[in-house]
Amino acid sequence: MSKTGVFICHCGTNIASALDVYKVAEAAKAIPDVSYAAEYKYMCSEPGQQLILDAIKEQGLKRIVIAACSPRMHEITFRKMLKKSGVNEYLLEIANIREQDSWVHEDTGKATEKAIDLVRMAVAKVQKNEPLKTSFIPVTKRALVIGGGIAGIQAALDIADAGHDVVLLEREPSIGGRMAMLDKTFPTLDCSACISTPKMVDVSAHPNITLMTSCEVESVSGYIGNFKVAIRKKAKYVNHDICTGCGLCEEKCPVKTDSAFNRGLSKRPAIYKLFPQAVPAKPVIDKESCIKIKSGKCGLCEKICPLGCIDYNDEDRLVEEEFGAIVLATGYKLAEWQSMYDEYGAGRFPDVIDGLQFERLVNASGPTEGRITRPSDGKEPKTVVIVKCVGSRDIKKGHPYCSRACCMYAAKHAHQILEKIPGSRVFIFYIDVRTPGKGYEEFYDKTRKDGAVYVRGRVSRIYKEGDHIVCQGEDSLLGRQVRVNADLVVLETAMEPSEGSAELLGLLGCAKDEDGWIQEAHPKLRPVETQVGGVFLAGVCQGPKDIPDTVAQASASAAKAIGLLNKDEMETSPMIASVAEDKCSGCGACEPICPYKAITLERIPDREPGTGRKIERPAARVNAGLCQGCGACTVACRTGAIDLLGFRNNQILQEVDALWP
Amino acid sequence: MAIDSEPKIVAFCCNWCTYTGADLAGLNRMKYPENVRVIRVPCSGRVNPQFILRAFRRGADGVMVCGCHPGDCHYSTGNYFTRRRFMLMRELLEFNGIDPRRFHARWISGSEAAKFRDTVTEVTEMIRGLGK
Repeated sequence: MSKTGVFICHCGTNIASALDVYKVAEAAKAIPDVSYAAEYKYMCSEPGQQLILDAIKEQGLKRIVIAACSPRMHEITFRKMLKKSGVNEYLLEIANIREQDSWVHEDTGKATEKAIDLVRMAVAKVQKNEPLKTSFIPVTKRALVIGGGIAGIQAALDIADAGHDVVLLEREPSIGGRMAMLDKTFPTLDCSACISTPKMVDVSAHPNITLMTSCEVESVSGYIGNFKVAIRKKAKYVNHDICTGCGLCEEKCPVKTDSAFNRGLSKRPAIYKLFPQAVPAKPVIDKESCIKIKSGKCGLCEKICPLGCIDYNDEDRLVEEEFGAIVLATGYKLAEWQSMYDEYGAGRFPDVIDGLQFERLVNASGPTEGRITRPSDGKEPKTVVIVKCVGSRDIKKGHPYCSRACCMYAAKHAHQILEKIPGSRVFIFYIDVRTPGKGYEEFYDKTRKDGAVYVRGRVSRIYKEGDHIVCQGEDSLLGRQVRVNADLVVLETAMEPSEGSAELLGLLGCAKDEDGWIQEAHPKLRPVETQVGGVFLAGVCQGPKDIPDTVAQASASAAKAIGLLNKDEMETSPMIASVAEDKCSGCGACEPICPYKAITLERIPDREPGTGRKIERPAARVNAGLCQGCGACTVACRTGAIDLLGFRNNQILQEVDALWP
Repeated sequence: MAIDSEPKIVAFCCNWCTYTGADLAGLNRMKYPENVRVIRVPCSGRVNPQFILRAFRRGADGVMVCGCHPGDCHYSTGNYFTRRRFMLMRELLEFNGIDPRRFHARWISGSEAAKFRDTVTEVTEMIRGLGK
């Protein structure tokens, strides 16, 4: 008899009302290995924990089973408690009689029977548990922030201000992200550039921040505290070490190609800065449109450059860097409505634009220097229709989710049109108006008072009639069809995870939700952590949000990263693979199955059977820092030499056997 | 001796997806048959075929192995091994005279509480149909 104590929690009435806890306690007492069983209203509470600690002392308990809520809820709580008791914290098993029993079954008798089975399984397993000790691994005091939008900028600045080195990685030639494209920000109408560009400059000037633009993550290995990241430094074809950003090359370049930053509303040269306030303020060559790189002719920029910065033979380079923490701030892209909404013209009408195109039009540093004009003929529109929820809240054609920021920026767009174009009219088609935020409802009210007409209903068709773009839809409050002859139509389209985010999540091993956004570790209690230790998230990559929420979340993830980087070393789980060398035949079957490359074949000293001669033979060895405890290797092992601590073969088999006593 | 008419089913569930999904089913107070006994494992790739054979030998009426969807494994590749391994498992069971319909490998994510409920219900009904 191993002096096992069983403690059954009522969880108030959560467990006790659906099954007979007293009967479970009685049944537990009858199990041969159990020397003590008790039940209590709240085992996790202070007096509940004390009850367990007292019983350990008084009854001399050596192993503990707690029948309560899911181990995912309180296993850590009870392990911490055991540290005070002298019983090793891994000589504990939890029987999940709440989430997987009392909450899901209606028949009290059967639920009680199941609870007894679950307790019996836990008692059987705990007999084979071994005392385990946590070990410590060093932490690389350096953070990688992926994505140089406002989320990444804020996270990088906060981590750097706390005294840690940060690499801010951005795939575009400049940081700034979507916020750099915006004109004004709701509800205060601050100029977006005026509040974001100083932060961009702070990043470039911060002694603890290394800025890596035109870079992408190629591969990730390692684990919390010790990540190894291979970074592709894409060829810039311009030596940024000597370039002063004078801009002569940009003026001379004969190429004119669509500016992605201006959403196709203007042209840019092949050697270009992303936008005038770009950080770093130095150009790169876009190899897709550069005549010299494509055909060997031209070379004008090289001739004009006074410092000899241009290098057409520049190549991508791979560098490997080490980090302790990673913050994902990969943001969003706008949905390609053209392929989703044929009835809106599918992109055939140049005067049907999306929200970011409007931002560029109304932006003082945009292609029209802030004059709102029609892309087709440059005329000032007098009647503008704004359509909300294009691709959002549309299960049939788009996404089920709400993109959250659109209600407010639609109001902002309406305000800007009414302010900049005297005598103009704005119609906003909407499903609902959602304005939760400080000063948001007031801003919406103001926009309506300014004269914006809100029409509740979806636009069913957009077509061209003469000089007008006709928007036809239902006013669902009046229950009749409406037609608006517009000069310009702005579609407030859905946010979607940015290009390549699924691939990046794959490299990191992070999960994504149904819509492709990054899955947070817990939606309420761990909102800025991912399921991968040491990888945090900030901003829209987790789901649509506006700038204030993005910045708040970025600071939160920075706080998490700082908390990790402040440690010199960190505890690791002892529940990892372990090799019984005497049983290991050195076949190496476990080596390729390990996803973490934690297993290597080493040569170990041994004696030859029979002769007793000293020899060397191969045997598997597990790197404790790399092993994550998945146990895949245990199944590949032919001799049963490799086993998983905490989930040993015999522990699991004990659980199975316990079901048929 | 009265014959117990309720089948007993052992479900090996990975900690990260299916076990979490089962917890979520509880959180949402979904209802399903009492027949399943869950054994928590770190990864569906941890489930050794001998565990399954042992369960059948002891008297299990059905065995399930549940993990993350292919491509979503917490340990990146574990469930690919599970998938291959349990294709073969079905043949091995048949060879041993166990109806392979008593064995199910399913992918249930941490957010698919309803799928957990439905799978458990469906498998229980199916095994009930096959008899004890």
